[in-house]
Amino acid sequence: MSTTIAPTMRVETRRQPLPPRERLERIFSIEGLDAVYSGKPAVKNVTMEVYKNLVTAIIGPSGCGKSTFIRCLNRMNDLIPGFTQTGTIRYHGQDICASNIDPVAVRRNIGMVFQRPNPFPKSIRDNVAWGMNVLGIKDNQEERIERALTQAALWDEVRDRLKASALSLSGGQQQRLCIARAIAVEPDVVLMDEPASALDPIATQAIEELMHNLKSEYTFVIVTHNMQQAARVADMTAFFSISQGSEGQRFGELIEYDATEKIFTAPSDKKTEDYVTGRFG
Amino acid sequence: MSAQGLTGPNLRHDRLPRRRAVNRLMETLAWIAAAIAVGILGVVIFSVARHALPALNFNLITKDPIQFSLTNAPQGLRNAFVGTIVIVGIATLMALPVGILVAIYLNEFAPASIRNAVTMVLDVLNGVPAIVIGIFVFGLFVVGRGQSGFAGSFALACLMVPLVSRSTMEILALVPNSLREASLGLGVPHWRTTLSIVLPQSVGGILTGTVLAVARVAGETAPLLFTSSLVGTQTSWNPQHALQTIPVAIFELSESPDPADHARAWAAALVLLLFILFTSLGARWLANRNRSKLAAR
Amino acid sequence: MTSADLTADATRRPFTGRRLRFGDAVLQVVAGAAALAVTVLVGLIVWKVFEQAWPAIQKYGLAFITRVAWNPVLGRELYGAGSFLFGTVVTSLGALLLAAPLAMGIALFLTELAPKALRGPVTALVETLAAIPSVVLGLWGILVLGPVLRSTVEPWLHSAFGFIPLFGEPSSAGASMFTAIIVLTIMILPIVSSISRELFLGVPHDLKEGALALGTTRWEMVRGVIFPYSSGGIAAALILGLGRALGEAIAVTQVIGGGVSIQWNLFAGGDSLASKIAASYQGATSNLETASLIYLGAILLVFSLIVNVVAQWIVRRSARKHGITRGGHA
Repeated sequence: MSTTIAPTMRVETRRQPLPPRERLERIFSIEGLDAVYSGKPAVKNVTMEVYKNLVTAIIGPSGCGKSTFIRCLNRMNDLIPGFTQTGTIRYHGQDICASNIDPVAVRRNIGMVFQRPNPFPKSIRDNVAWGMNVLGIKDNQEERIERALTQAALWDEVRDRLKASALSLSGGQQQRLCIARAIAVEPDVVLMDEPASALDPIATQAIEELMHNLKSEYTFVIVTHNMQQAARVADMTAFFSISQGSEGQRFGELIEYDATEKIFTAPSDKKTEDYVTGRFG
Repeated sequence: MSAQGLTGPNLRHDRLPRRRAVNRLMETLAWIAAAIAVGILGVVIFSVARHALPALNFNLITKDPIQFSLTNAPQGLRNAFVGTIVIVGIATLMALPVGILVAIYLNEFAPASIRNAVTMVLDVLNGVPAIVIGIFVFGLFVVGRGQSGFAGSFALACLMVPLVSRSTMEILALVPNSLREASLGLGVPHWRTTLSIVLPQSVGGILTGTVLAVARVAGETAPLLFTSSLVGTQTSWNPQHALQTIPVAIFELSESPDPADHARAWAAALVLLLFILFTSLGARWLANRNRSKLAAR
Repeated sequence: MTSADLTADATRRPFTGRRLRFGDAVLQVVAGAAALAVTVLVGLIVWKVFEQAWPAIQKYGLAFITRVAWNPVLGRELYGAGSFLFGTVVTSLGALLLAAPLAMGIALFLTELAPKALRGPVTALVETLAAIPSVVLGLWGILVLGPVLRSTVEPWLHSAFGFIPLFGEPSSAGASMFTAIIVLTIMILPIVSSISRELFLGVPHDLKEGALALGTTRWEMVRGVIFPYSSGGIAAALILGLGRALGEAIAVTQVIGGGVSIQWNLFAGGDSLASKIAASYQGATSNLETASLIYLGAILLVFSLIVNVVAQWIVRRSARKHGITRGGHA
């Protein structure tokens, strides 16, 4: 495929080259995932793998089911009435969609940061501490709080006003607080659903920086509508697009999933190429 | 959504089984609470129906009660049924215009400070216990003059005004401003706009609010004890005298030791209950329909 | 008045600014008078009640409020509100203690747990509970609930927990403060639960998701997010329920049994301020007795006004607090 893409997209990245696929450890193994809201399909037949300690980006046009897909990974769609799904999502080998799996346990290990910051109406400290208290992480709490806030690149800004209300922070700070809250309970995976879409460029940069620094401890899966962001932070990128069914219904499908370099410089599928070169979407 | 957590490397559980048990306990308690509420409703209605059916016959509304009855001569509560119709009817005639006018003033004319103040007054009025209203009207109209249906109606009207006002205000607020502006823009004066455009749109909502208020006061006893309770057994349609009412009749019969009296109390209670239930539910159903009609515009 | 007429009117009389039309003035005055009348009415209520209570207020002063006595015997008349104040407090607080958890449970059921098909019907059913007139509930209380409680629950509680003074010897009739508490609980349950239900529905969805995404159970989310968020409103709901319980005269007087003393046994009879008025009013012989009963009413009125104003203040304060919900996206 043409390589005209590389010169038009100059993106600063600190991404290291990927080790060969066989040496990557699989965290998620998704097979034939179909997600349906009250009879209307959202995504169909998604099959892919997510690897440990990498940043995996999900990109695609609006309505292609990216959010739906990522919410399947921690069973958050269970909260939506009328939602059903088929297929398997294996997390460390176990199908988390099986009926005998408790979503509470799933979410304990797979955390999520949402599109709009949603800190609790409590103090900054209590936002981070609440999850730990409920889940029973009682030892060294103050240290853990400091560590989480530091990792979320927020500590310096809030260290002397931990008792202040979380709602007094700016949007970017609130989102970093939500990230701190999520990593304070030490999950295995952190899912991010367009975490920077409501934020300004500086806050966005802080969050991307954070993902890069924390990769070694957590696995990130991030949904983003911003291609440059994916090109900057992601190791692997999955491109979803909208397809039309035989009866005219529109749903999302995974088109291509590969190392980010490849997706943006030499995609295999024409649809991918059209999207990343801006010809549509 | 049962059983195990996940197992495997790197996966933490942190006393999950205990937390899950607590969660299930709380969910069960919530289900039980809802069941209790529904259960009580069922028990009360069933109980009233069960005790009322033996005594339920047309005598209830066609015959007057007999004082100190030693025979089994048929008696009923006709005076109470008639009295309730008269007193509640007059109360509605008193409360409806006042309630609507207050709502119009607050919604269409009043500056924010007055609106807040009067709304607070309405809420305070709503919170005055019915028995205190009874004492009030007693002092206002009964002292020196004697009890009367009018006094009873006035007392019930005091209870109705906040209800009618509040529901009318809600419905007036639902009428889109664009409608008012269209009319005012044509040069139609404010008062005409309100009466010819805004009010007709609100009739449905005002009606349901009134019906709900009627359902509420039809069962009120305390204010009537002070204003219209010293009655004979004869049926009268004249509100200048004290008239018997269903709630007061039930109250008096319930305190009597005579089981025959209890039977009539149950029968009257069933009629009252059914009337209130049907009007309340009917009005609420109408209100929901109106709201969705207005919202769909 | 067709639109043709209107436009013609407009050209003939050009708009002259803020000249008040006669019709506008009339409507405003009439409607404003209604609003004024309602305000005056409340003042009038307070005045008339205190005016009729005045003979007793003059004779007994504020000591009336705490005195435990009610002796209508001519020549030895002595009245006091003490035991009725106690009865009001015990029955209202008792009802609140029972109704609060039940109402929370119902509200949580309706907002978090119930299958979609059940929500509407159960909500309607709980609100229907509020529509039952107090005299009917009282009738059921005397003739059905009271005897049942007297023969089953009260003896059991007495034998199991009789060492607690609350659960003393059940009285001979079916009437007791305990029955009154149960009846009052039934009456205030719908108010507290429907307000709570609306509060819980108002908790932002993304706050709830934020909590659940951490791996907490639903109950933990309720405790950590829903309750704190709604706490102001719940307080107001409880206070409104309390106000309702305070003022209830009819159902309470039918089931409470009567009594003039301060004692802790819930299974004995007693009276609240409202129930005493309803019970003794028609049989009052002397002017002093009547004035004393109305003095009870005045105390009740003051109580309700305080409760009402406090509830409104709480609602206003929590509305303001949630005005600054989601902080600025700087």
